[in-house]
Amino acid sequence: MSNTKARQGQPSEIELNRRAFRKSRKQKSTLVAVLSTIGFAIVAWLSLVNTPGWDRVQQSFFDYDTAVKALPHVLDGLLLNLRVLFFSAIGVLVFGLALALLRTLRAPIFTPIRLLVRGYVDLFRGLPLIIVLYLVGFGIPGLRLEFLGRIPAEVLGTTALILTYSAYVAEVFRAGIEAVHPSQRLAARSLGLTYAQSMRLVVLPQAFRKVAPPLMNDFVSLQKDVGLISVLGAVDAVRGAQIEVAHFANFTPYVIAGLLFVLLAIPTVRLADYVTGRLAKREQAGGVL
Amino acid sequence: MSELGPMILNVKGLHKSFEDKDVLKGIDLELYRGQIVALIGSSGSGKSTLLRCVNLLEEISDGQIFLNDEDISEPTINQDEVRRQIGLVFQAYNLFAHLSIEENITLALRHVKGLSTAEAKAKALALLDRIGLADKADEYPDKLSGGQQQRTAIMRAVALEPTLLLLDEVTSALDPELVGEVLELIRDLKAGGTSILMATHELTFARDVADWVVFLDGGVIIEEGPAKEFFGNPQNPRTIEFLQRLRRRAGDA
Ligand SMILES: Nc1ncnc2c1ncn2[C@@H]1O[C@H](COP(=O)(O)OP(=O)(O)O)[C@@H](O)[C@H]1O
Ligand SMILES: [Mg+2]
Repeated sequence: MSNTKARQGQPSEIELNRRAFRKSRKQKSTLVAVLSTIGFAIVAWLSLVNTPGWDRVQQSFFDYDTAVKALPHVLDGLLLNLRVLFFSAIGVLVFGLALALLRTLRAPIFTPIRLLVRGYVDLFRGLPLIIVLYLVGFGIPGLRLEFLGRIPAEVLGTTALILTYSAYVAEVFRAGIEAVHPSQRLAARSLGLTYAQSMRLVVLPQAFRKVAPPLMNDFVSLQKDVGLISVLGAVDAVRGAQIEVAHFANFTPYVIAGLLFVLLAIPTVRLADYVTGRLAKREQAGGVL
Repeated sequence: MSELGPMILNVKGLHKSFEDKDVLKGIDLELYRGQIVALIGSSGSGKSTLLRCVNLLEEISDGQIFLNDEDISEPTINQDEVRRQIGLVFQAYNLFAHLSIEENITLALRHVKGLSTAEAKAKALALLDRIGLADKADEYPDKLSGGQQQRTAIMRAVALEPTLLLLDEVTSALDPELVGEVLELIRDLKAGGTSILMATHELTFARDVADWVVFLDGGVIIEEGPAKEFFGNPQNPRTIEFLQRLRRRAGDA
């Protein structure tokens, strides 16, 4: 009797009891989690403020007045970071994809190109970004190419970021292209689609989906690394903060700049988690034959 | 025997080796318009390789392949052009996973045949209607059963009105209860005049529907003949053994 009821959407008494039990158990564990988090935060806070140097650290790193005064300048700098981020990201996607595609060409005449691309990827994955920044930032102007004129530091910085990140992204794309089931390519070719059409219409759209999560992680790294262009003298958020630090003889502007970068990263990080989760779910559900 | 139509496919002395492994060692095969030729043989005998050579997905090592009297094994031939005339469907993963059922069919219609979006859509829906899947047009492949996927894949090839349709064990990856609907579609296609070269393990189907049966073993044709004679009175001991083995397995299932 109770069984029939359950099937019609009317849970049986046993099931209702079970649900009540689960609910109260869940409430209890939430409560424990909240309490322990608060308790931990209090302990951490107390032990921090009771360290002998806390007052001095607070003054030089978390000074409210300095923060307010430095914020506009740091924000100005952040706009430059965002601009560099925008152009770098586009450049990296285009150049990285081009590298990956060149590496998939199998015909013998492309062998030199493939080797060249491989050398490039190996080189720039190994080189620390800061060195690339120095080499590009001071090397290119050092060539004294008159027709280029004086190149702004942010352009040089953007170039260095594109050079380095393209090497990573090319590998990500290549892995994505290779992860597309070979039958998909065969099916495309057997329908009479050309190599280029198969790539554009069948392989790449599937590869993009597969690489969205690692690509977003690289984007998060790029978001942070745009701060490194300050070593070339571009007045970005980091450099802006540095100037304010010197001005106020106080480190708070660095903290401000740091917080701004974190705020910038949070949406991307969340989005990356969301996309990854969704893809994983699709993958699990997707029973192909 | 009824009157033979024009010869669609003529394979002469086809050899195919990978590195130093000879997979096909001199295959001769003829297929006339409207026929179904069934390729049978144990796994690894070279059936898939043969089909892929015919579709120019593999470069052949020796011999010639004629499609409608044109030598398509000539290196100067436009391979994409040839593949447009030959449909190929294999065991699994045929459908493009990122496209809906309808888009799977319209893709090549638009980009290969140059149909407008509207024309392609109309044609796709008509074909889907023929296999009773019109209401699934907007679904993605992973929402369909294996049988529905394979029928869609076959219709996607048929949509291009190929001169020749190649089927590579299209029912082998299916649950047994889904095999029938796919075989039924192949039977319909034959009734409609499509020329088909198919690798298959479905002996009953081959006996009933194929015009000619070819038994491949170790890269050579051991025995071939009209379906009734081939199955009714096989001559070669290896053919007999193979048929017995396959029937025993089918009996178990
Ligand atoms: N790309 C390849 N490289 C090397 N060997 C291959 C390749 N494709 C197929 N073979 C070999 O060719 C033989 C025939 O394979 P296949 O044509 O797939 O047989 P079947 O479809 O009849 O099972 C097998 O031994 C297989 O290992
Ligand atoms: Mg095979």
